[in-house]
Amino acid sequence: MKYDILIAGVGGQGVVLASRLLALAAMKAGFHVSTAETIGMSQREGSVSSHIRIGDETSGSLIPIGQADLLLGLEPAETVRNLPFLKEGGKVLVNTHAIPPASRPPGSPEYDPAALLSFLCAYYPDIFCSDFTELADDVGTYRAANVAMLGAAAGARVLPFKEEILKEILDAEIPEKYRAVNDAAFERARKCIRFISDP
Amino acid sequence: MTDKKLLMGNEAIALGAIEAGVQVVTGYPGTPSTEALETIARYANRCGIYTEWSSNEKVALETAVGAAYSGAKALVTMKQVGLNVASDPLMSLSYIGVKGALVLLVADDPGPHSSQTEQDTRVFGHFANIPVLDPATPQEAYELTKLAFELSHEFETPVILRTTTRVSHSCGDVEVEAGEPAPVEAVEEGFVKDRRWTIFPKLTAERHPWLESVQEKLSEHFSELNFNSVLGSGKIGIIASGVSALYVKEAVKTVRDFEKLFTLFRVGTVYPFPEKAVLSFLKGIDQLIVVEELDPYLEEQVLQLIGKFHLPVDVYGKKNGFFPVSGEYNVDIVTDSINRALVTCGESLRLSHASPAVSREKLPPLPIRAPTLCAGCMHRTVFYAFKQAAKQLKKEAQTDTIFSGDIGCYTLGNAYPLNMVDTCLCMGAGISLAGGLSRTNPKAKHVAFIGDSTFFHSGIPAVINAVYNGANITLAVLDNRTTAMTGHQPHPGVGVNVLGNTSKAIEIADVVKSCGVESVRTINTVDPDSLESCVKAAKEAMNFNGPSVLVFKGKCVGITKPDKYYKIKPETCTGCSFCIKELGCPALNLDGDKPVIQDNCSGCGLCAQICPSEAICIGGVKL
Ligand code: SF4
Ligand code: SF4
Repeated sequence: MKYDILIAGVGGQGVVLASRLLALAAMKAGFHVSTAETIGMSQREGSVSSHIRIGDETSGSLIPIGQADLLLGLEPAETVRNLPFLKEGGKVLVNTHAIPPASRPPGSPEYDPAALLSFLCAYYPDIFCSDFTELADDVGTYRAANVAMLGAAAGARVLPFKEEILKEILDAEIPEKYRAVNDAAFERARKCIRFISDP
Repeated sequence: MTDKKLLMGNEAIALGAIEAGVQVVTGYPGTPSTEALETIARYANRCGIYTEWSSNEKVALETAVGAAYSGAKALVTMKQVGLNVASDPLMSLSYIGVKGALVLLVADDPGPHSSQTEQDTRVFGHFANIPVLDPATPQEAYELTKLAFELSHEFETPVILRTTTRVSHSCGDVEVEAGEPAPVEAVEEGFVKDRRWTIFPKLTAERHPWLESVQEKLSEHFSELNFNSVLGSGKIGIIASGVSALYVKEAVKTVRDFEKLFTLFRVGTVYPFPEKAVLSFLKGIDQLIVVEELDPYLEEQVLQLIGKFHLPVDVYGKKNGFFPVSGEYNVDIVTDSINRALVTCGESLRLSHASPAVSREKLPPLPIRAPTLCAGCMHRTVFYAFKQAAKQLKKEAQTDTIFSGDIGCYTLGNAYPLNMVDTCLCMGAGISLAGGLSRTNPKAKHVAFIGDSTFFHSGIPAVINAVYNGANITLAVLDNRTTAMTGHQPHPGVGVNVLGNTSKAIEIADVVKSCGVESVRTINTVDPDSLESCVKAAKEAMNFNGPSVLVFKGKCVGITKPDKYYKIKPETCTGCSFCIKELGCPALNLDGDKPVIQDNCSGCGLCAQICPSEAICIGGVKL
């Protein structure tokens, strides 16, 4: 078994926490796991991605081009940026909530989230798009968008382990004060997606 | 009994060191090495380990050496460029050797992701005659850390545990000893006086043969260890170390029965080269592919061996252009490079790539997210003030200004639109560089920027030099009360040690005064109207004849909670975009034709001070 997940977003969105939760769940399910965060010089506002490699054998922590089974995009532009890692027929979950870049250095293209989303849909028609930031905000805080996306991944049944395992990890890892809202975000997203994917 | 934990490579090293019985741990923060010491510090009280962030790597090493001379087990952590700072004591130490044990964790950064160089510590170990272990995964990092302490103790030599970013900063499942780390045993013997600890030419001459003999013994010893392992039995050999070995494994797997075509040799103990083991691997191989990031270290070792024993083996590596000589590797690069070698070997098989549905070329244009100073960072205010001061001096007296930067967050002063860094070389170099520039450009003004932690690291001797030799420079110390870029470690100016306990805070202004700087001022950048006073102070300091120092005191927004935020009054704003174009604050963004201030504003008030229409005002108190 080998399953590669890539999470892409912007500094401050909780990419690293989300990848840690997935890695712990994979371990609990009995797999080897290896993760790598790729962050630029700036910790804030910059592109952040996390590679999570799950399998029977230990591999290098970076997913090769065209091999990711699942791409969780916390933000449209970052999702598109990391698309070449996804394999043909891979699954994509995208948070449609755009985060415009901090500054616009000369030569930086306009940010057009709608165009990027339709680009994504053209290549991966069975993509899951939703405003997970809004969903999380609805149940308590926009900061839980990362956990909402994990819930969506569980609901879409695209993870290589049972969703109960992920729930257990969530309960063990998220500090008590934030647990309720994260749980709510996870559940709400899980149910929404389950509803869509089980017509 | 073992336990499985999800650990970052650096955390695995920390646990390995604690289990090996480490008693003294020193270091200087530097990505990607930092978390090793931070993890040990978390267990320091419980386990009775002395831990410190030292003022620089040389000091850290020397402190650890003192502990090791007393029979203790010591660990020093740094990144590859930090080893350069520590190299002076290190080169002598290899002759003297240690008691107890001394392990250096040195993290290399192929890529480089956050470093000034792509230097290769394996080569440094060779140069310094110090054994080097090269783990590929967090699990190996854990195990090799323990081995490093054993070797150091047994062979009385310092040992380098060399990692790369993909080992230090990757997380993996690691099998560790079960339970919480236990208290370590204290040093029994203490320092015993002996002429052996005092390096003299005579002692060096005596010790050199010993040093050489240790290398031979270690090479023999390493040949027996299973950290150097063989997989497969084909006639094409591949040799690799560190994380490259994992890339190779993944790349060759795309060929069915790869074990029949290839023999892979993974080197875990890279220096001294495990000659015997490699020799026996080379038997029966006529083509050898060498896969390694950074320097052609393994390649050179193998070529020597082939020459020494007249072996009929063709070698494909960096030296003949089959592999890239720089940058970080990955499975794709390794696949392509091995394929190039296979073509030349006359082999018809090829390793295959996965093909993405969307290649990079097909992507639509994407916005650039350039690294930038944080919203409300005090450095932006100081840089902007100097920019204004330099502009005024240019206008009034046609004087140019040259800005020398340094290593740290303030390197980001080079980013658009500030463009405030004309030079940047290594820690502490900005001050001496400005001194040098002032000799050859006497008509220009010379300003050096340095951060607080860097000032203590290696800025002080440069200040002394500027005073002693009368350099006409201005030094701006950007004191945000932390070592920000590596993750907010305390330093001697903060008054807190690594465990969070209070210690004596050293005032930078007092230090430079006692170094003989006559023009010293401390300026607070926290006031919402600090820009004007900063510009004024900058100008005065630049006009001072001789070395002048300004200490700008503020706070790092990464560790302080903002107390207010600003907003733009749309009815007053003319949409001139001056605020956006001048500052590059990530909280300011264009929304339609007028800027808006976003949530991440931390209320520095800089934009309000420059808006020509007074359209920006305090928007409220942050909760
Ligand atoms: S928006 Fe203005 S006040 Fe807020 S952080 Fe940026 S420069 Fe400072
Ligand atoms: S500088 Fe002032 S007037 Fe000009 S765009 Fe910015 S807020 Fe508006």
